[in-house]
Amino acid sequence: MTEKLHLDHAHLRDLLTAMLRIRRFEEKCFELYQSEKIRGYLHLYDGEEAVSVGVIRTLRPDDAIVATYREHGQALARGIGMNVLMAELYGKQEGCCRGRGGSMHIFDRTKRFYGGNAIVGGGLPLAVGVALGDKMQGRTSITACFFGEGAVDEGSFHESMNLASLWRLPVLFVCENNLYSMGMALERAEAEPDITRKAAGYRVTAEAVDGMDVVAVEVAAQRAVSAVRETSRPYLLECRTYRFRAHSMFDAQLYRTKQEIETWRKRDPIDRLRSWLEQSGLMHAEEINKIEAEIAAEIDAAVAFAEAGTWEPVEELERFVTMDRVPQ
Amino acid sequence: MSKKSFRQAVNEALRQEMERDPTVVLMGEDVGGGMGAPGEDDAWGGPLGVTKGLMSQFGRERVLDTPITESAFIGAAAGAALRGLRPVAELMFVDFMGVCFDQIFNQAAKFRYMFGGTAKTPLVIRTMYGAGFRAASQHSQCLYPIFTHVPGLKVVIPSSPYEAKGLLIQAIRDDDPVIFFEHKVMYDDEEDVPDDPYTIPFGEARFVREGEDVTIVAIGRMVQMASKAADALAKEGISCTVLDPRTTSPLDLQSILESVQETGRLVIVDEANPRCNIATDISAQVVEQAFESLKAPIRMVCPPHTPVPFSPALEDAFIPSPEKIAAVVRSVMASPTRQAAA
Ligand SMILES: Cc1ncc(C[n+]2csc(CCOP(=O)(O)OP(=O)(O)O)c2C)c(N)n1
Repeated sequence: MTEKLHLDHAHLRDLLTAMLRIRRFEEKCFELYQSEKIRGYLHLYDGEEAVSVGVIRTLRPDDAIVATYREHGQALARGIGMNVLMAELYGKQEGCCRGRGGSMHIFDRTKRFYGGNAIVGGGLPLAVGVALGDKMQGRTSITACFFGEGAVDEGSFHESMNLASLWRLPVLFVCENNLYSMGMALERAEAEPDITRKAAGYRVTAEAVDGMDVVAVEVAAQRAVSAVRETSRPYLLECRTYRFRAHSMFDAQLYRTKQEIETWRKRDPIDRLRSWLEQSGLMHAEEINKIEAEIAAEIDAAVAFAEAGTWEPVEELERFVTMDRVPQ
Repeated sequence: MSKKSFRQAVNEALRQEMERDPTVVLMGEDVGGGMGAPGEDDAWGGPLGVTKGLMSQFGRERVLDTPITESAFIGAAAGAALRGLRPVAELMFVDFMGVCFDQIFNQAAKFRYMFGGTAKTPLVIRTMYGAGFRAASQHSQCLYPIFTHVPGLKVVIPSSPYEAKGLLIQAIRDDDPVIFFEHKVMYDDEEDVPDDPYTIPFGEARFVREGEDVTIVAIGRMVQMASKAADALAKEGISCTVLDPRTTSPLDLQSILESVQETGRLVIVDEANPRCNIATDISAQVVEQAFESLKAPIRMVCPPHTPVPFSPALEDAFIPSPEKIAAVVRSVMASPTRQAAA
């Protein structure tokens, strides 16, 4: 598994396509929120695409993923269909959780996608348990656990790192450090703002990577995934990134300057890859336009699917609180 | 007196108490919300803008933005209360209590009793609750029954802006840990609220309206729903008392009993899940103490025993509505009148 990345045309095309799919999907979600098709809480991932795309590409289909409420990117990168994802955001029963979860609670057992999670830090202990479940049953799969740098504030981060290390569990902790937890800047929240340094206390290997560079993320993730798989020990990968949009739909973003956002936008992971591809002659505008057109069609189809979807009947409200039938 | 939203009423209560008493301090995630190095100090003012302006008025020394570290800051608020501060901690959504229950149940709630009456913990925890925001299962719970269950805690659930201001000032002046519940869909509700500070005592129910046929006890946001139901029922000739207990701990059982003795019928409306909630608690106590007065079975209007679904269709069906309340009241009126024993 430690082979070098093959930066051939097909591979780079995949990376670009995967990131563009997420960006355009999020843009559509924003629009749909304005037109009140999507309600409640919506946390968009614009700017952070390189993280989920770079990491998830290095996982096997039998590896598990645990995510947060900002998880559309992970879900798409993992291959959860855009139709069932959009239907879930609408709250329609054709969605991946029958419309009962919504944007913050995407889940798909067949993709080993163990949930969005609306509790900050709530996913980390679960990831430890998912890895424990796999390990105790002799599986060689690993668990990738995504969380924001805000989750590092929580006790659950520290307890989970310790337990995973103590029990030698194959967990890849992926910190998506976008510098802000809601309005709180990292330096104001953490006495030690270098997140990788926290791992030492738990004897966990840690590495930071430029989260705005999808190739760099992929290279680092491949190294981390190999280490986790070979040693059955946790690993902390900190991806330094930035969210281009508001925290959620209820945020005027007064805690940071427009100029700061613009500076980060210049490092847009998609623009960066695209201009590199164009300049080096690996891809031409025509091909990229074609990809854009395919994505636009896919999104239109997903919206049509969600629009045509139906509400789960009210008679079902009390189903699935606990098991329907006692197993025989 | 002027029209104020629920949000403004809470903000004003906090501001006036901070002006009056220098030991009152605020803490919570993004209560200032401008902790970005280049940004404004007082940018966010709480996730829904309730504490806006307080950081610029009182400074960072008294308005503490915390990391996402509920166990530490709720516990720190309890500890600081032991040492003479009056912290008002904001725990964004009551669902997050899961992260810091120990500091509330085992610590703050126990001090006065366990230390033989020698300790006091003047702590307020403000928190948002309730369904109707499309916020899904982990951001929509009520959970006040859990706190009501624990001796040593006071539990306050204001039903309007006027109530919110008076009860919050009372909570800040109270010497025990108080959990103060704000319904997330009520922040824009408006009514006349006095400009000067005032208090509303705990454990004194409010008679929202008085009627002869049925007593409806409603909790928090459900007071509005019950009042709407009572309006509709009045047109049909059914006259209802609507009673708002204001605090579930302490609970003004006396007022409920007196009202039931007059009407002989009781309907309780509670947005919390139906098992072991406030409705079952009141119901049990009324049966125990006023069984003779009841002309008909007590009925409870509650959501089903499920998490709160995201699906708008299911969430709407989940929440007790004025129509459901009215239907239950009608059924109580229609049930054969029991011969009062006394
Ligand atoms: C236990 C808990 N506390 C607080 C919140 C409210 N909250 C939701 S997102 C968030 C910020 C999290 O920031 P971070 O972990 O950096 O992730 P990001 O949103 O930047 O992706 C907060 C405080 C929550 N959902 N759960």
